[in-house]
Amino acid sequence: MLSFFTQIFSVAWLSVRTIRQRIGSSAVAVVGIAGVVIVFVAVLSIAEGFQAAMKNAGQPDRALIMRGGASDEMSSGLAGDAVEVMKQAPGIRRENNQPLASSELYVIVDLPKRSTMTSANVPLRGIVPITPQVRYDTRIMAGRMLTFGTNEIVAGRGAASQFAGLSVGSQVKTGQVTWTVVGIFEAGGSVAETELWADARVVQGAFRRNNSFQSVLVRLESPEQFTKTKNWLTTNPQLNVSVVDEAVYYSDHSANMTTLIRRVGVGIAVLMAVGAVFGAILTMYTAVSTRTREIATLRALGFNTTSVVISVLVESIVLGAIGGLAGGALAYVAFNGYQTSTMNFQTFSQVAFAFAVTPWLLAQGLAYALIMAFFGALLPAVKAARLPIASALREL
Amino acid sequence: MKYLPLIWKSLWRRKVRTTFTLLSIFIAFLLFGLLMTIRAAFSLGVDLAGLDRLVLIHKISLVMPLPESYKGRLQTMPGVEIATHNSWFGGVYQDPKNFIAQIAVEPTEFMEIYKEYKLPAPQMKAWLEDRQGAIAGKDIAERFGWKVGDRIPIQATIWQPKGGGTTWEFNLVGIYDGEAGVDKTQFFFRYDYLNENRAQGEGLVGWYIVKIKDASQSLKMAQTFDEMFANSQAETKTTTEKGFVEGFAKQIGDIGSIMIAILVAVLFTILLVVGNTMAQAVRERTSELAVLKTLGFTDMAVLALVLAESLFVALVGGGLGLFMAWLIVQGGDPTGGFLPAFTLPNRDIVTGVALMILVGVVAGILPAAGAMRLKITDALRKA
Repeated sequence: MLSFFTQIFSVAWLSVRTIRQRIGSSAVAVVGIAGVVIVFVAVLSIAEGFQAAMKNAGQPDRALIMRGGASDEMSSGLAGDAVEVMKQAPGIRRENNQPLASSELYVIVDLPKRSTMTSANVPLRGIVPITPQVRYDTRIMAGRMLTFGTNEIVAGRGAASQFAGLSVGSQVKTGQVTWTVVGIFEAGGSVAETELWADARVVQGAFRRNNSFQSVLVRLESPEQFTKTKNWLTTNPQLNVSVVDEAVYYSDHSANMTTLIRRVGVGIAVLMAVGAVFGAILTMYTAVSTRTREIATLRALGFNTTSVVISVLVESIVLGAIGGLAGGALAYVAFNGYQTSTMNFQTFSQVAFAFAVTPWLLAQGLAYALIMAFFGALLPAVKAARLPIASALREL
Repeated sequence: MKYLPLIWKSLWRRKVRTTFTLLSIFIAFLLFGLLMTIRAAFSLGVDLAGLDRLVLIHKISLVMPLPESYKGRLQTMPGVEIATHNSWFGGVYQDPKNFIAQIAVEPTEFMEIYKEYKLPAPQMKAWLEDRQGAIAGKDIAERFGWKVGDRIPIQATIWQPKGGGTTWEFNLVGIYDGEAGVDKTQFFFRYDYLNENRAQGEGLVGWYIVKIKDASQSLKMAQTFDEMFANSQAETKTTTEKGFVEGFAKQIGDIGSIMIAILVAVLFTILLVVGNTMAQAVRERTSELAVLKTLGFTDMAVLALVLAESLFVALVGGGLGLFMAWLIVQGGDPTGGFLPAFTLPNRDIVTGVALMILVGVVAGILPAAGAMRLKITDALRKA
């Protein structure tokens, strides 16, 4: 029994050691598999990154209030006096007797995208003095917070990197209003970092919104208060609102986009994998045919067929592992953290995000490489096992 | 031509190897076709957008409304053929995940400007007679099983109905069609119906489309319009429709570059596979090639034979792959309305064939040159 395993091990080790002699055709298999892994990991890292930006935006203890029927902040609208009623809802956290309810406007301004210098829809959020306490996950990282009552704005880190002309001290003109950028904020890599923030009162004036808002973001005493607060708001006859969990709101909005990217990515990767398996099959056939005499000799010496079959599989899997690791490493170096932005179709506004090559994606890529290598080796392994010893020894 | 059987025989000398090489190339060009289709789909029909159509949006951004009154002023400008306005409705049909572009238009002007939307005359007549009438693209109608005469309820998001509730009802009076590449997933209804029945925002429209008489004047006309509305309560930004669509596509991100990067990776790999196969095929046949030369085949003839073999593999495998991609694309947009312009552009088919030839030549050239340089005596001795 022991000798059975020893046989397998020594034959497999022999074929792995001799890969160097078949470097040309082996390289084809490795490059083919690495290519698939790079594309697979890179495309899916777009989906991961986009989803992460949207997911990080939601906090479990925050709820978003919009007009009944509105599917997003952009299409919502709330009258100023209704907003005052909402602040009375139970379950809203209070600090210094002030309800942590941030009444906001959400509009779009045209700014040039740095990469193309063509105009892009950048979201501009009108905020109130209490907003920083509600959006407690944001922090000014350069400059200072805006002064309410002035035309000052603060820009998210993502916006500042993706759109031109948003550095501390620069001025931005939208329509007839000129804004001064006084600070840059960060929000844990979330979609909020793509936004510009200005005083809601000034935005109301500039965008002719009178005393109206588009949404109210409230911070709850605890996530468990959500149902109570929601019920009070939606059953109040003075109001016509819908209340959603902030995390749910953002994950719903990213669903379409991430599903699309994942489908395209997986589709491309599957097709490429079929191609790479064909490449691997060719490589392994070559390996088997160049080693015909060697394999026949082993068989003649009494090595069993199983060990020959396994040696072919092992050789292929080693090549697959090299390809998978190289592809994953290249994808990580080239794409992880790559900053870009795209359009969120729900609100027609830009979302800045970074490609995220996660360990889980790398593991998937490697597993995928090994599977390709395994299937690539099956047919050649059978061929090797069936070699007629006598005529094979005579070959060449 | 008389060498064809020879090429054929040498190709199938190793059946398995040739088959898998063909399949690899098949896959590569299937991917090429599909990725080029995705790339074209994300450019949102830029090729079809008119240069003689100008789009006026609010200077601050697309989401700011413009007054309805601009239409009269635009219409009387010299050089303007026809002006109309569109308004984004943004409602929800059944589920918020069903993305449908619903746009309020002025039917007569709209159909006059957008000649690429084909609507049967009786349906057009019915639309003009019914205020609640709406028309839908063929693709979207098929997707939801809509028939002419159906009543379609849409939930309001931006524009609430005056009479209370949140539902707007439309009568589907027509289904428009168009050539490949025309967006057949949109839903158009009458602006007057929207304007009379909405709770707020009366007299506000989304953007203007102006058809001008002379496309070469588009830049100048755009400037004239913007100057005309400068310093008013709603300043405008005018671009050609093509520029507008391109700008919109750029906002989604550079899908085109991503697709091309993937293709470079795919084609590079395929080149290696085919090149390796050809090199091996020549190596194995050294003695045969030497015999051919002994029989009087010139160096060039041997070069041509090997190149022809590699070209044959590239063209047959690639051609079938591209054809397969074309067949799949005929099935239409697989994402359900997300990529309306889902077609494989003709120029990409041409590029594809050019790439096949390139792959065939590049993969075959080194082995072919090697075969050409073979010295008869050396080669025969090796065997």
